[in-house]
Amino acid sequence: MNYLLGAFKPACNISITFSDGKNRKQVPMKKENGQTALVPLFQSQETISGKVCIDPYQGKKVEHNGVKVELLGQIEMYFDRGNFYDFTSLVRELDVPGDIYERKTYPFEFSTVEMPYETYNGVNVRLRYVLKVTVTRGYAGSILEYQEFVVRNFAPPPAINNSIKMEVGIEDCLHIEFEYNKSKYHLKDVILGKIYFLLVRIKMKNMDLEIRRRESTGAGANTHVETETLAKFELMDGTPVRGESIPVRLFLAPYDLTPTHRNINNKFSVKYYLNLVLVDEEDRRYFKQQEITLYRLKEDASS
Amino acid sequence: MRPLAGVEDEEKWLAEGIAGIQHNAFFMHRALDANNLREVLKYSALMLSELRTSKLSPQKYYDLYMRAFDQLRQLEIFFKDESRHGLPVVDLYELVQHAGNILPRMYLLCTVGSVYIKSKQAPSKDVLKDLVEMCRGVQHPIRGLFLRSYLAQVSRDKLPEIGSDYEGDANTVMDAVEFVLQNFTEMNKLWVRIQHQGPGTVREKQEKERNELRDLVGKNLHVLGQIEGVDLEMYKETVLPRVLEQVVNCKDELAQYYLMECIIQVFPDEYHLQTLETLLAACTQLMPTVDTKIVLTQLMDRLSNYAASSPDVLHEFLQVEAFAKLSNAIGKVIDTQLEMPIVGAMTLFVSLLTFTLRVHPDRLDYVDQVLGACVVKLSSLPKLEDARAMKQVVALLSAPLEKYSDIVTALTLSNYPRVMDHLDDGTNKVMAMLIIQSIMKNDSCISTADKVEVLFELIKGLIKDLDGTDMEELDEEDFQEEQNSVARLIHMLDNEEPEEMLKIICVVRKHLMTGGPRRLPFTVPPLIFSALRLVRQLESQGGDITGEDVPATPRKIFQILNQTIEVLSSVPCPELALRLYLQCAEAASDCDLEPVAYEFFTQAFILYEEEIADSKAQVTAIHLIVGTLQRINVFGVENRDTLTHKATGYSARLLKKPDQCRAVYACSHLFWVDDLDGIKDGERALLCLRRALRIANAAQQMANATRGSSGPVTLFVEILNKYIYFFEKGNPHITPSDIQSLVELINNEMQSDNGNTTIHSDPFFTSTLRYIRFQKQKGGLMGDKYDLIKL
Repeated sequence: MNYLLGAFKPACNISITFSDGKNRKQVPMKKENGQTALVPLFQSQETISGKVCIDPYQGKKVEHNGVKVELLGQIEMYFDRGNFYDFTSLVRELDVPGDIYERKTYPFEFSTVEMPYETYNGVNVRLRYVLKVTVTRGYAGSILEYQEFVVRNFAPPPAINNSIKMEVGIEDCLHIEFEYNKSKYHLKDVILGKIYFLLVRIKMKNMDLEIRRRESTGAGANTHVETETLAKFELMDGTPVRGESIPVRLFLAPYDLTPTHRNINNKFSVKYYLNLVLVDEEDRRYFKQQEITLYRLKEDASS
Repeated sequence: MRPLAGVEDEEKWLAEGIAGIQHNAFFMHRALDANNLREVLKYSALMLSELRTSKLSPQKYYDLYMRAFDQLRQLEIFFKDESRHGLPVVDLYELVQHAGNILPRMYLLCTVGSVYIKSKQAPSKDVLKDLVEMCRGVQHPIRGLFLRSYLAQVSRDKLPEIGSDYEGDANTVMDAVEFVLQNFTEMNKLWVRIQHQGPGTVREKQEKERNELRDLVGKNLHVLGQIEGVDLEMYKETVLPRVLEQVVNCKDELAQYYLMECIIQVFPDEYHLQTLETLLAACTQLMPTVDTKIVLTQLMDRLSNYAASSPDVLHEFLQVEAFAKLSNAIGKVIDTQLEMPIVGAMTLFVSLLTFTLRVHPDRLDYVDQVLGACVVKLSSLPKLEDARAMKQVVALLSAPLEKYSDIVTALTLSNYPRVMDHLDDGTNKVMAMLIIQSIMKNDSCISTADKVEVLFELIKGLIKDLDGTDMEELDEEDFQEEQNSVARLIHMLDNEEPEEMLKIICVVRKHLMTGGPRRLPFTVPPLIFSALRLVRQLESQGGDITGEDVPATPRKIFQILNQTIEVLSSVPCPELALRLYLQCAEAASDCDLEPVAYEFFTQAFILYEEEIADSKAQVTAIHLIVGTLQRINVFGVENRDTLTHKATGYSARLLKKPDQCRAVYACSHLFWVDDLDGIKDGERALLCLRRALRIANAAQQMANATRGSSGPVTLFVEILNKYIYFFEKGNPHITPSDIQSLVELINNEMQSDNGNTTIHSDPFFTSTLRYIRFQKQKGGLMGDKYDLIKL
C-alpha cells in the first residue's frame, strides 16, 4: 500500500532559487487558481541565474535520464487551451543520466536573455515567462517543476509626443472640442486636458473619461477582441453652457494598466483608448474614443 | 432636473441623505481613529457622495451640506497631521484626486488644498488657482454653488492678503483678488443658470429658490470688500471692472439687481465716489427689467450719507463731479429704459434731488437742473395719472422746501412751477398747501413782488379754478381749509418799502381776482387789511407825501381797494363788502381823505339799500355803520349830516320794534362824540333818545296786545343807561328830571307787569339804580350832579 502510494508521489522535491532572490524586486502576480503570489521581476537582457535543488524523498533514489532547466517565453490563448506557443526557449543541461540519492544542487545561468515581450495577463491571452526544470525519466514519467517570473521592459520617453486635439459634435445639438496634452503616456503619468463646449443643446447629467483596454487575439477570421473598461473617471457633473471649459486631470497610477502591446509575435495586441462619454438626462451616451499609447517608463530607484 | 415633488417626499429624501452621511461618517470616524488613510478616503468619499443628489431644493440641500461640512472639519484636522496618515501633503493632494466621482473628489481636494496652503509647502496662489480651476468640473448649479461656497469658506483665512501669513514673495494680494473674482464669476454663472433648468411653469418657485441662494454668491463680494490691501487703485483697475463685467454680462435681472446692491453695500463709499463713472455706466447697461432706480437710489443714499459724515469729504465730491455724473446716468437710464414706469423715473429724480440737497446744499442750480430734467421727462408724456408717480413728484417738490426752510429759495428755481404744472389738480393743491404750510412753519416773509408773482403762480391751484375741476367734488371743509391757508399766506407777504408793498398788493390782487365767487370772500379780506396796514404805515410816516410822482399814496391804494371790494359786493357777498367798505372808510378818515371816506360810505349805504334784505343782517349792518360813522371825524358838516341823517333814517325803518329802538338810541351817539373837538349836538341826541323811548313804548304795547304781557322792560333800561351816559357826559339837554321820570316809568311798567307774572326784579335795572346811588354817595363833582336825581 505504502509503496503504491509512494509511486504516485513525486520521488523528489525540486526547488528553483534565483541567485539574487533576496534583493530582487518582487511583484504580485495572479496565478491560475486566482491567488496572487509574489514573483521576481526581470527585464530583458538581464542574466537569469540561480540554483536548482533536487532533494529526493527519504530513502528514495531518483533514477533519471538527465536533468535540464529551460527558460520559456510562452503565449497561451485561452480559447485554445493548453496550447502554448513558445517564443523563447533556452535550455541548460544540468546533469547526465544517472541516479540521485541525496540532495543535489545545480547552479545555472542564462546570460543576457533576450525577453522582448512583457509578461501579460489578459482576458483571452497570457504571456508568461517560466523556468522549467525537467528530471527526465524513462518509465515513470518526467518530474517537472516550474518557476514563473515577471518581465517588464522599460521604454524611453517618446521623442515625438503630440497632443490629441479634436473637435466633434452632433449637428445642432452638441459641439465640443477636446484636448489631451499627449498621445503617449507612461503608466504613472497624469492625463491633462480640457473639454471645451462650443454648443450645448442637450441636458447633460455627467461626463466621464474612461480608459479602455482592447485586447485582440488570433489573426484573420479567428480574431477575438475583448474590450474592458479599466477606469471610469467623472469629469463633469451637470450641464455646462456654451463657452465653458472643463479641466481634465486623470492620474493613471491607481489603475492596473500595462504598456500598449502591438502585435506581439503575431498572436495578440493590447491597445488603450481614452473614451470621453457624455451622458444626457435620458441616459443616452455620446462618446468619442481616442487611442493613446502607454509605455513603461524607467522608474526611479526609489519606487 | 429635480423632479417636482411634494414636501413629504423631499423630507424623506433629506432624511435618507442625512442617514447616508451619518452612516459613512461613522465608518470614517472609525478609520480616523485607526489612522487608516485608505479607509478614511473611502468613507469620506462615500459620505460626500450623498451630496450628489438632485432631488432636494436648495434649502434642504443646504441642510445636507451643513452636515457634510461638519464632518469635513474633522477630516481636515486629520489631514493636517502628517504623523497620522504618514503621507506628505503634496502626495495627499494627488491621492484624493483618484476618486472617481467628481463631487466627492472636489470636496476632498478643497479640504486637502486648505491644509496644503496652511503647510506652506506650495505657494498659496498656485493651490488656490488650481482649486478654483478644478471646480469647473461641477456644472450643476446647486451642487456647484455649494462646492464653490465650500471652497470660499475654507480658503477665506488663507488668502494671501496683506498682513496674512500667506502673503509675500510670489503671493500678492492680487492673487487673492484674482481667486475670489474667479470664484465669484463662476458662482454667478451657476446661479444665473438655475433659471434655465426647468420648464416655465415652475419659474416662480425657481426664482424663490434662487433668491435663497443669492447670499452664497454675494459672499464673494463681501470677501472682496474685506480683503486687506485692496486699495483704490486696485479696486478701480481690477476689482470693480471685473465684477461689473460679470454683472452686466450675466444678463439676468435677479442677479444684476442683487449684485449691484451688494457692490454698493460692501465697498467703501470713498471707492464708489472715485469710480462713480464706471459704476453708473454699468447701471445703464443693466437689463431693462432691473429696478435700476432702487440701485441708484441706494447708491445716492450711501453717497449722501458719506457726504454728511464729514465736511472734509465734500471736496472729493466736487472733484469727481459727482452730481454731473449721477445726473447724466439717471438721464441715460430713463432714456434707455423706456418701459420704466414714470413712477420709477420720478423716484430717481427724488433720490438725485435728495442727494444734491444733502451734498451740495449751496448749489441751487443743481436743484433746478434736476427739476428741469424732470420737466423734460414729464412733458414727453401724457398727463400724469399714476398716483404713485404723483406722490413722488410731490416728494420731489417738497424736498427743497424742507431743506431750505426759506421758501424764497425755492421760488428762485425756475423749473419749480413747471414741474407743478404737470400735477393733476388735486395734487397741485396738496402741493400748494405744502408750500403754504412750509411758509407758515418757518414764518418766512416774502418781500418782493416778483417772488410773490412766482409764489402765486405755484399755488394757483388754490387761487383759481383750474380747467376741468368739478366744484361738486370738492369737500366744503377742505375748501375752506385751503382758502383759509391762502388768507393766512397773504399776511406773510410784507415789505417795509411801501412802493414794493404796493406792488405786492397789486400782484396779489391780480391773482385773487381770478378766484371766482367762492374764493373771494376768503381771500379779499386779508388783502384789504394788508393794504390798510400799508395805508396806516404811510400815514404814520407822514401822510403829507402826496403827488403824482409818488406811486404809493393812500389815495391810490384806496382806489384799488374800492375796486376790489366792488368785485366782492357783486359776488354777491354784500355783508362782507359792507364791512370792508366801512373799514376802508375809517382808514380813509384817518388819512384825512374826506371824499374817499365819503365814497366808501356811499358804497356801504348803497349796498345796505340794495343788497342787504335780511332783517338780522340789516340790524348788524346798521350798528356797524353807526359805529363807524361815529368814529369818523373827517367829514364836514354837510357830509356828516347827510350820512347821519341816512343812518338814523335806516334805523327807524328796521322791521322789528326792539331793533328799531336799539338802532335809534345808538344813533344818538352820532350827534354827541365824546372827543375834544367832537360834535356835541345834545339836542339831536336827546331827540334820538326820545324817539327810542317812543318806539319802546310802542313795542311794549304791541307785546301787550299780542301776547297779553308787556314783557321785560329791558328796552327802557337800556334807554335809561343812554340817558345816564349823556347826563354824565354833560349833555345840557338831559336833565335829572328826565332820568327821574324814566326811572318811574320803568317802575310803573314793572308793577303793571306784576299782575300776571312772578315778581322778578330786572337785574340790569337794579344795577343801574345801584350805580346811580353809588355816584350820589361818592360825592364830588359827579356826586353833586347825581344828587339832583331823586329816586
